[in-house]
Amino acid sequence: MTIPPKIQFLEGARAIALTIANIKPAVVSAYPITPQTHIVEDLARFKAEGKADYEYLLAESEFAAASIVLGAAAAGARTYSATSSQGLLLMMEVLYNAAGLRLPLVMTVANRAVGAPINIWNDHSDAMAMRDAGWIMLFAENHQEAVDLHVIAYRLAESLNLPVAINVDGFIVTHSFESVIIPDKKTIKSFLPDYQPALGTYLNPKEPITIGGFSSPENYWQERARLDTDLKKATNDITAAYRQWKKILPSQSAIAPRIDNGLIEYCGPAHPDTLLIAMGSMSGTIKEALKENKNIGLLKIRSFRPFPTESIRNIACKCRRVAVIEKAMSSGACGPLFADVASALPNFKGVISDHIVGLGGRDVSLQTIKHIIKSAAKAGLKFW
Amino acid sequence: MPPKRLLNMKAANNKPYRPSVPAGSAMANKTGSWRTFKPIFDADLCIGCQRCQKLCPDGCILMAKNKVGQLKARPDYDYCKGCGLCAAECPVKAITMKK
Repeated sequence: MTIPPKIQFLEGARAIALTIANIKPAVVSAYPITPQTHIVEDLARFKAEGKADYEYLLAESEFAAASIVLGAAAAGARTYSATSSQGLLLMMEVLYNAAGLRLPLVMTVANRAVGAPINIWNDHSDAMAMRDAGWIMLFAENHQEAVDLHVIAYRLAESLNLPVAINVDGFIVTHSFESVIIPDKKTIKSFLPDYQPALGTYLNPKEPITIGGFSSPENYWQERARLDTDLKKATNDITAAYRQWKKILPSQSAIAPRIDNGLIEYCGPAHPDTLLIAMGSMSGTIKEALKENKNIGLLKIRSFRPFPTESIRNIACKCRRVAVIEKAMSSGACGPLFADVASALPNFKGVISDHIVGLGGRDVSLQTIKHIIKSAAKAGLKFW
Repeated sequence: MPPKRLLNMKAANNKPYRPSVPAGSAMANKTGSWRTFKPIFDADLCIGCQRCQKLCPDGCILMAKNKVGQLKARPDYDYCKGCGLCAAECPVKAITMKK
């Protein structure tokens, strides 16, 4: 533990691919789609060059790729897949099945807008489509967080039998270069032991079981209720796993967070006047805006599912204004994050506003954030 | 009171949780009650070709030897849903679907 970890200057997709190679999945399957492609191209290259020994299965679509990793996970293997946008929508049926079957899939979602009109740039519309599937959904702000969350995701998936999706902003994280520490195989193994599920809990002819069988109305609701309970209980496991990993690989933040517990990160004063709630890479931009405004707080949501209701309530109850800044829209209603935040604050007396930014890759600049802070005094939904 | 589980979920108390049942537990669900048309097998016409056994989607046609050692098809009405595939495919029309 005396050798300092090596800092590398890497593309986000390469950083994720190197981390996955060190995590050593047994089966990788994916179908290329911008902006996820670099991740799976790199994984295919590692395999071709003999640097990795996972099974890399070519798929004819995202539906097939998701089905391949689902089958492999049912047979007791550690798996990996990645997708984006329309590809994620094509996987949707399999995603619900993976959660219902309680299979520990781990998947990177390089967030991208959903057509039409066709658009390859970043927003969170695709992730919101899988919101109700029963997956743990984590959002990364930058390269290092993306790397950390992938290691934590495997730990969560395999210890809880819940699938985990790590959302990284397409292009902004996947195609940009940043300094990042890639944990080596030994470090990862100390946190994430080799995966070997117990006999009788996966498909093995030595002790045959049936999974995903027919379920009558008397049983189906119990399974879905259990999934909900276990997802909510996972908040404790996320916090514990995050804290443990941070001890192994501490990372530096531009602004030291006041609260950093795996589910959320809070930066700013103890009693902020205005609280900004955001997810993903735009949290970095907002942190810059915080430097000039001493009474503004940023609550970055790292775990969108399970939703950190308690943590949000504890912070938001102290402020007068809450502005939700999000990159997705539930057309005909409001932003999906706003809906969740509003339902977490039933007795909130202040002003709560919804700001839809960055749809289809529209730039979220420091100026945008400053305008949002000014307009947070007025409730309602605004597009920026 | 929530209703009890019909099947004993084997892994229910294991950690981490995975809903599963022992192999073969579909036997508990006797799907024969779904049937509208019932296949009637004429043992005199049956030539024991096993075609119906191989294509039965529910795997509920058994082949057994009769007293004189000839192979004959015999359905398991507990699970036969009455799809009629066997009657349509029988080369000697030994199976008829009756309401």
